[in-house]
Amino acid sequence: MALLKYESNVRPPLVEGKKDYHQVTEDIVRPIEGPPSKLWWIGFLVSVALLLFGVYSVYREVTYGVGEWNLNKTIGWGWDITNFVWWVGIGHAGTLISAILLLFRQGWRTGVNRAAEAMTIFAVMCAGQFPIWHMGRVWMAFFVLPYPNTRGPLWVNFNSPLLWDVFAISTYFTVSLLFWYSGLIPDLATVRDRAKLKWRKYMYGLLSFGWTGSTKHWQRHESLSLVLAGLSTPLVLSVHTVVSFDFATSIVPGWHTTIFPPYFVAGAIFSGFAMVQTLLLVTRKVLKLEEYITIEHIEVMNKVIVLTGSIVGIAYLTELFIAWYGMNKYESWAFMHNRLDLFSPYGWSYYLMMGCNVLSPQIFWFRKLRRNIGLTFFMSILVNIGMWFERFVIIVTSVYRDYLPSSWSTYYSPSIYEVGFYLGTFGLFFTCYFLFSKFFPVIALAEIKHILKKSGEDFKPAMEPIEEESAETFYKEVSHHH
Amino acid sequence: MAEKKFVVGSFTEEAVLFDAVKKVRKAGYKLHDVYTPFPIHGLDKVMGLRDTSIHTAGFIYAIFGTTTALSFMTWVFTKDWPLNIGGKPHFALPAWVPIMFEFTVLCACVGMVLTFCYLCQLAPFVKKHHFHERATDDLFVMAIECTPKTNEGEVSGFLNNAGAIEVNVQQAETGWWLGTYDKDKKMFESK
Repeated sequence: MALLKYESNVRPPLVEGKKDYHQVTEDIVRPIEGPPSKLWWIGFLVSVALLLFGVYSVYREVTYGVGEWNLNKTIGWGWDITNFVWWVGIGHAGTLISAILLLFRQGWRTGVNRAAEAMTIFAVMCAGQFPIWHMGRVWMAFFVLPYPNTRGPLWVNFNSPLLWDVFAISTYFTVSLLFWYSGLIPDLATVRDRAKLKWRKYMYGLLSFGWTGSTKHWQRHESLSLVLAGLSTPLVLSVHTVVSFDFATSIVPGWHTTIFPPYFVAGAIFSGFAMVQTLLLVTRKVLKLEEYITIEHIEVMNKVIVLTGSIVGIAYLTELFIAWYGMNKYESWAFMHNRLDLFSPYGWSYYLMMGCNVLSPQIFWFRKLRRNIGLTFFMSILVNIGMWFERFVIIVTSVYRDYLPSSWSTYYSPSIYEVGFYLGTFGLFFTCYFLFSKFFPVIALAEIKHILKKSGEDFKPAMEPIEEESAETFYKEVSHHH
Repeated sequence: MAEKKFVVGSFTEEAVLFDAVKKVRKAGYKLHDVYTPFPIHGLDKVMGLRDTSIHTAGFIYAIFGTTTALSFMTWVFTKDWPLNIGGKPHFALPAWVPIMFEFTVLCACVGMVLTFCYLCQLAPFVKKHHFHERATDDLFVMAIECTPKTNEGEVSGFLNNAGAIEVNVQQAETGWWLGTYDKDKKMFESK
């Protein structure tokens, strides 16, 4: 047992610098133990202010109805559902990183999974706001739950994709939260055992559930993580599939396409990774975690972005081709007139979407550009603007001109309160993220320690003599079964 | 649970720990547990622990979720309140697949996490004895339970020879009790 697990020296290290286990703890727990920086306070207060504006916007909407958002009879879904789909999409990267990459044994996930999972949970919280408040009479929101009510009982319609969505989103939120928190328990115990202050010991004592680090507990914990990952993998694919069913199972021209499920899932991963980049590029800088979230991590995520961006591009082109080639006049009209025609009222948004999502990520075919931090940050924001417009194009350009020209909408633009609601969810998202980055270890401590001796820069040279050994000796001495 | 006496040795290297565990078992000492800051693959095998069957529990919860969702929707739409939706069949199995799937995953995850917490006795306000506060940081802490026949000095020497950097004898509660980590007072003792 010279080494826990062998990893070729050819692979770049995932943890840079000279580290031992204690140093890893120090580096990652330090930001929690010190007072927050001035920058943190500024960011936090701005987020809270945005959140409060969001609360006021929602108050206006509840008081006066969804007309307050400039929705009308033709455009019943505007910014609100656009934002819903956008946030849900962002919420896909965390579970993808923590679940699918765990099953694929991708070591680099350990540096980014904790923050990405947190981001997922906050994004899904933001997403959930939109369909709920969009109901208008929000005090009747509980009607979506299947319970024996006093009107019959009249049950919910289990055949409706909108109800599938209720199940999908709430399951996704619950499972992501449990997965994230069960991973956090051991790390919170580390913070507890280092705590000097009484309140900190008390608080982290409660949060860490009395974790001791017993071998039996770790064995169960590993098994739990693996099964949760196995369950989350089809779950994460199902969630955006179900969201796409909200559109695809209808007969509205522009929505009635079978390509939606895979196309939505690819887009979700695409925008989710972009948001992970946005957050982590700032987090690693501010919390000085460049040795854990290395340029390698950023490059790998940029590769995912160019891959998924290209999948999305293929989906756009396929959709366009089918609209032109297919026999459905209405479908073709929605594409050729409402979208492709640059001079139609919303034509510009189609081209903005194409530019941001399909063309711009292609620069990541170049290694040098993938490893450029400033460019990555810029691109991560561009991608999310593009993905927002994708949902806007799908929703608004499909509904603003329906079968009856007399009810074609005049130009729809959101009111300040509809925009305010969107900004409010940014406030919610960043308020949560700021609190998370202050009070929780933003990197999975135990997981980093687990890979330290095979992927740490300091331990890499130890791999050299092993690489020179014959395959047979290597198999006998170094490999071990899980 | 009663208090027991333990000889506690702390290790810094995985390789040394693995050998020490093997030696301790060979010598016939009663190995209570090993506490580590992260999961060490293979340690459970070396310690002679059996595999966990928590995944089997997960499977059972999953099956429960699928059958509950299917039978509930069937009952609602074919018996309790059959709705005519565009003349489509009341028993609309394909349309129920998404909800059956989501509910399966939900039951399996929630059930497994609760089972995990129950088996490991994890909950807020649960307090346990910690043999070493660095066991969640950078030390691998081995606790050997003393039986009436055990010679503490001998076990301590044994652990030192096996490569422990720190050895001591502790009187400790093996179960959990209700308390918080800022106070040592036992508010309630588990039986």
